[in-house]
Amino acid sequence: MNKVWWKILGSVLVIYTAIAGLLLGVPRLPILNESIRNLYFHVPMWFAMIVLFSISVFYSVKSLSSKSEIDDIKAVESVNAGIIFGLLGLVTGAIWAKYTWGQFWSFDPKQNFAAISVLLYFAYLILRNAIDEEQKRAKISAIYNIFAFPMMVVLLFVLPRLKDSLHPGNGGNPGFNSYDLDSRMRMVFYPACLGWILIGYWVYTIRFRIRSIEVKQQAN
Amino acid sequence: MQLAREVKYLIHKEVLLEWRSKYTINGVLLYVVSTIFTCYLSFVSLSERERLTWNALFWIIMLFASINGVSKSFLQETKGQQLYSYLLASPAAVLISKTIYNTLLMLVLTTVALCFYTLVFNDYTPPDLLLYYVAVVLGSISFSTVFTMVSAIASKAGNGGMLMAILSFPIIIPVLILLIKLAKNAVDGLPWENSYDEIGMLLVVNVLTVATSLLLFPYLWRD
Repeated sequence: MNKVWWKILGSVLVIYTAIAGLLLGVPRLPILNESIRNLYFHVPMWFAMIVLFSISVFYSVKSLSSKSEIDDIKAVESVNAGIIFGLLGLVTGAIWAKYTWGQFWSFDPKQNFAAISVLLYFAYLILRNAIDEEQKRAKISAIYNIFAFPMMVVLLFVLPRLKDSLHPGNGGNPGFNSYDLDSRMRMVFYPACLGWILIGYWVYTIRFRIRSIEVKQQAN
Repeated sequence: MQLAREVKYLIHKEVLLEWRSKYTINGVLLYVVSTIFTCYLSFVSLSERERLTWNALFWIIMLFASINGVSKSFLQETKGQQLYSYLLASPAAVLISKTIYNTLLMLVLTTVALCFYTLVFNDYTPPDLLLYYVAVVLGSISFSTVFTMVSAIASKAGNGGMLMAILSFPIIIPVLILLIKLAKNAVDGLPWENSYDEIGMLLVVNVLTVATSLLLFPYLWRD
């Protein structure tokens, strides 16, 4: 029970938000209308992605000093899990944009920057594929991961504030804080974030365990 | 003090090497000039409204020129040369000297390119040329800080040009967006107050890049 309580908590929270997010009341706002419910499914993806990428940077730093293979596998598997959430964030955003902006992809600065930051991590994976020698791969990819992380932070959190965007929260559009006043949404949104972060972490631990078994089998 | 002396000596070495062969600077200059000329031939009919295209074109040319120029810094060196400088100098000195040398190289290149560019596309010269030049200087500094570190990573990965492009583009795009915005302010002739945000952001990004590079480079340098 000690080990599984957070998995149960994550699943319960995600199931709860899927049901409550679609059924509970939401404030009526122009343009957004019912699509405001996407907040429960789109934004938590980015939170989960950021958490997973932060875990990856943490283990990259650790693997530079410890040189252990386990830390390296942890770093790459959290990137793998984080990329899934990044892609889901892009997809949920694009579907939402189809119904509010009229197009799946309208080259809005926020969409572009999110796509570029996902590209950054694809570059990381390609770098890993390019090097054959394990220890060298672990070292060089850890360095690139740490080097790229501040750039991703600039891309996702700083640059969108300098550009005009149609995205809620930018360029005079009402952001989350103005919906936040409605406590009904807060009741679903915070559990959704926590739930998806836990699920993301769970995906990462499963991937890590599969990979470490594979590595062990190859060693034998 | 030791570091400063090493850096000075290494920069001297880089400049001397370049001066003897003049390969990089001449090659990239020729590249820039011929690209600008090609662009001129294909965009002769740019209308007065298309200053935006003028600006974007300049930065695209500069981006590729700097990738070609700066990536030489580590990719060109053989394993033996790298081992030699590893034994003689501290990693920080190697990185700082390469970055400063690349910045100087890029400053020369971008200045020549901007002169030639305004000469060829004479009608589109931005009204606030000084601010545009500030953008160009900041651009050369940021290109060289980012590309020096990425070229070190690519050279250690042992898979030259292709990796260099893949690794550097996602990192340079945020910088490029800021640069294009700053340069556009100059093209539109906006007052300087409107550009302080971008200039500050670019300086912060550069400091961040140099700091992370200095922290990480010693790990990369030691094989």
